Amino acid sequence: MAIHTEVFPTELEDEAIYIIREVAAQFEKPVLLFSGGKDSITLVRLAQKAFYPAKIPFPLLHVDTGHNFEETIRFRNQLVEELGLELIVRYVQDSIDQQKVVEETGKYASRNVLQTVTLLDAIEEFGFDACIGGARRDEEKARAKERIFSVRNDFGQWDAKKQRPELFDMLNGRIHLGENVRVFPISNWTELDVWNYIKEEQLAIPSIYYAHERETFERDGQILPYSAFMTVTEDEPINTRIVRFRTVGDMTCTAAVESTAVEIDDIIDEILSATVSERGARIDDKRSEAAMEKRKQSGYF
Amino acid sequence: MDVLKIATAGSVDDGKSTLIGRLLFETNSITTDKLQAIEASSKKKGLDYVDLSLLTDGLIAEREQGITIDVAHIYFSTPKRKFIIADTPGHFEYTRNMVTGASNANVSMILVDARNGVVEQTFRHFYISCLLRIPKVIVCVNKMDLVGYTQQTFEEIKSEFMAFAEQVRFGGQEISFIPVSSLYGGNLLNPSEHMPWYEGAPLLSLLEQVPLEQQLSEEAGRFPVQYVVRPKSEEFHDYRAYAGKVASGLLRKGERVVVLPSGQETTIAKIEKFGREIEAAQAKESISLLLQDDVDISRGDMIVPLNQLPQQSRQLEATVCWMDKKPLRVGGTYLVQHGVNVAKAKISALSNLVDVVTLDRQADISELKLNEIATVQLRTAKEIFYDAFAVNKANGSFILIDEQTNATVGVGLIN
Repeated sequence: MAIHTEVFPTELEDEAIYIIREVAAQFEKPVLLFSGGKDSITLVRLAQKAFYPAKIPFPLLHVDTGHNFEETIRFRNQLVEELGLELIVRYVQDSIDQQKVVEETGKYASRNVLQTVTLLDAIEEFGFDACIGGARRDEEKARAKERIFSVRNDFGQWDAKKQRPELFDMLNGRIHLGENVRVFPISNWTELDVWNYIKEEQLAIPSIYYAHERETFERDGQILPYSAFMTVTEDEPINTRIVRFRTVGDMTCTAAVESTAVEIDDIIDEILSATVSERGARIDDKRSEAAMEKRKQSGYF
Repeated sequence: MDVLKIATAGSVDDGKSTLIGRLLFETNSITTDKLQAIEASSKKKGLDYVDLSLLTDGLIAEREQGITIDVAHIYFSTPKRKFIIADTPGHFEYTRNMVTGASNANVSMILVDARNGVVEQTFRHFYISCLLRIPKVIVCVNKMDLVGYTQQTFEEIKSEFMAFAEQVRFGGQEISFIPVSSLYGGNLLNPSEHMPWYEGAPLLSLLEQVPLEQQLSEEAGRFPVQYVVRPKSEEFHDYRAYAGKVASGLLRKGERVVVLPSGQETTIAKIEKFGREIEAAQAKESISLLLQDDVDISRGDMIVPLNQLPQQSRQLEATVCWMDKKPLRVGGTYLVQHGVNVAKAKISALSNLVDVVTLDRQADISELKLNEIATVQLRTAKEIFYDAFAVNKANGSFILIDEQTNATVGVGLIN
């Protein structure tokens, strides 16, 4: 097991708080995109710190695919209640019922792509002009090119060739009516930074990040959680394994890893010696080499 | 743990991607699945080697054309430090991206192909490093394996580089040279057995040892007010704090301060971080400041120690790098954003266009085009509280914003 002497670089926290305060100052209707995963939990803590002792001056938005881990939803509701936050939930199922999107079929069916439409509808419904998200540049090569303030046109699209230069720490959030800005305060954090922060701040996280027993099956060399939302073929036997999740997304596109990590230090050790990246467990990224860039172009965050 | 920010620039050919790829690989910062993905892409492109540039060239257009267009951010760490590389393109057409990537750097890493020696891009990259006053420059003379690891080649490149450098470097800027072979890893993590004549440290140790800008705390105290925190709750009924990030210097509890532009004097009653009280705050810290007296303060105002006043004026002269297709012209109006303070501005004069390779200057110009650098004079609608960039980087720079398109169209370094 790797020995870690790593500690969290405080400079990253100062930077993130600065960015979140800029959002509150520059925009009329910001919102924090909350999935219940570790990155958005980190964002909530940073927002709390940014405005303390005042309340976080914007709501949380969860785009619910309906295919969530129930542990995540339970955790979300608890956190919102404890901190007295305002939570807005919009459902992909509603977008399907309104026939704005069509459910995918086949064994790789997922609602990951569909949630973009629900997100864009929510942005329009509430008139959000800034959406704070927990994306990090180290996650994925298209995300490595993202700005901290990422301007999206009135269709929510990202244009990689028209990004605003960001010089020193000056953030320009000026937009035309209908446009919005995606803001990424933890752009410069790595997966390890997030875990070290969670440890230092003693933040609670959903139980699925820790090793637990679960019904799973193997597909394309990955361990997937079994659920009613999954189409499992006959040659994919379901077995109980001790696993944990490194990233929390839609159940249909998040792979598990076999693990014995029961404490946060175990998780940090595991990440330090991991040979597979975090997004390696995201089936949504594997659709093509440019899967992330293409989704961003259509309004994904 | 501290963070060292490194800016690199260059073309695909000088081995920059291979060098970065190797640093990542050797520090265990790249995982097997990412390596496998680029192995597969390299094969698909018909290459017989693993093209490590695919790691950083994240956009479809970049992979199509085999060039770096936009800044990519790359992360790795050792037990001593966290490193952030801003990997930028080196061609003239991307000068603005180079300036952007270098604006936050503590170190500028310049790659020179030992076979070709110093080329135009080397000068451009160094000039921009000086313009942005990056305190440490590391010149990596790469591909030493292809020139027989000869000391003479290395020394010749060093002298040629220094002949140019002496004309543009600023006092206190450190320049180091290191002969490397990124293909074989020579002098990256470990000393190269082929170059016993090189007595300095390998690249990674060099990067681990770069002193971080301690002088930030020795600079004058500058606190731009970002946000006013007013809970208006029962428990914190009269609480009012000024939130922001210390731009430079040090602020202490009990210190007498002046609020600009009002000029009112007061005392720092408390410095808080998430409810925790601290005695002093230094540059880059995000804090909340509570003052002794009720003073009228809003976003964009600046709080400074009583005896450390900044310059204040409505006329600014700055070196501007232009970043927009539509040129800058005298008489044009823009928004100037200095830190978090925004004001209308009108361009009053334009001069001294510099060629960053030949160092020729053109005094009389009518417009400033994309990627060009010149001296600009502007008049602002309200007073700006600034320091010269050479004295205080954090309080000596601004961006220009086009009011029609909202785009960031230029960056200014105040003279």
